[in-house]
Amino acid sequence: MKSAVIVFPGSNRDRDMFHALDMITGSRPQHVWHTESTLPDVDLVVVPGGFSYGDYLRSGAIAARSPILKDLVAKAHSGVAVLGVCNGFQILTEAGLLPGALMRNAGLTFVCKDVMMETVNNATRFSSQFQKGQVWRCPVAHHDGNYFADAETIRKVEDNNQVVFRYAEGTNPNGSLNNIAGITNAAGNVLGMMPHPENLVEPLHGGLDGRLLFESLLTAA
Amino acid sequence: MKARVIVTLKNGVLDPQGKAIEGALGGLGFDDVGSVRQGKVFDVELSGSDKDAAKAELEQMCEKLLANTVIENYAIEIA
Repeated sequence: MKSAVIVFPGSNRDRDMFHALDMITGSRPQHVWHTESTLPDVDLVVVPGGFSYGDYLRSGAIAARSPILKDLVAKAHSGVAVLGVCNGFQILTEAGLLPGALMRNAGLTFVCKDVMMETVNNATRFSSQFQKGQVWRCPVAHHDGNYFADAETIRKVEDNNQVVFRYAEGTNPNGSLNNIAGITNAAGNVLGMMPHPENLVEPLHGGLDGRLLFESLLTAA
Repeated sequence: MKARVIVTLKNGVLDPQGKAIEGALGGLGFDDVGSVRQGKVFDVELSGSDKDAAKAELEQMCEKLLANTVIENYAIEIA
């Protein structure tokens, strides 16, 4: 499976993502700097976590207007798999590739801990290796992860089964509506999620729960 | 030409930062504070002199970058 990781000024999980993809898919991803105009021909493009542009204006807002985003939007519309993690999720919503917005955590504090996630839709290319209803552990590290969309958008997202991951009952770390931790676009080829599956993929991380997401992508490619 | 853009959260969108400020004001003894909503102000200098054209351009700026219209409203004032 061929993949690429987009790097912005202030990205800081790009190497973790690179390592996870390299180790699990068996092929080295390409780093793509945000000022490039074209992405390579790959099966998966990842928008990694971090603090692109220091979260100026709104988290992800400036990165979402970077030169490379034009081609990312085109690739997403042509069906290429796109994964946005944490700041990447914020960037994908700001770019209009995913509905809704990520707001300041309801508790106002930066949350850095492990949460429990429930896979509520395993019929996507990002989640096929999970059991439906499977509860798994995943690290989160964010200040703006409070998923919000208007009632009509939430209804559409729910009706269309676009919610892939929810924070397990009672573990919502940020006030997200409907405990939403990860959603896809309507077509199902773009996933945004706040938790970091790339940080729980080898024994030294303390667990392997995040591997299933990458193995799902590998199966789909 | 000088313009001011004011971006505020839409009604019904939870504003945890405004809530925290509201609580802090209460703590300072400002007992009559009903609620606080936090927003942003952008002062923009434009080189043209046509106010209508400037307003149209500022609206585009708001739609494309300054505001996230999923959660925010904007107002434009031209001096």
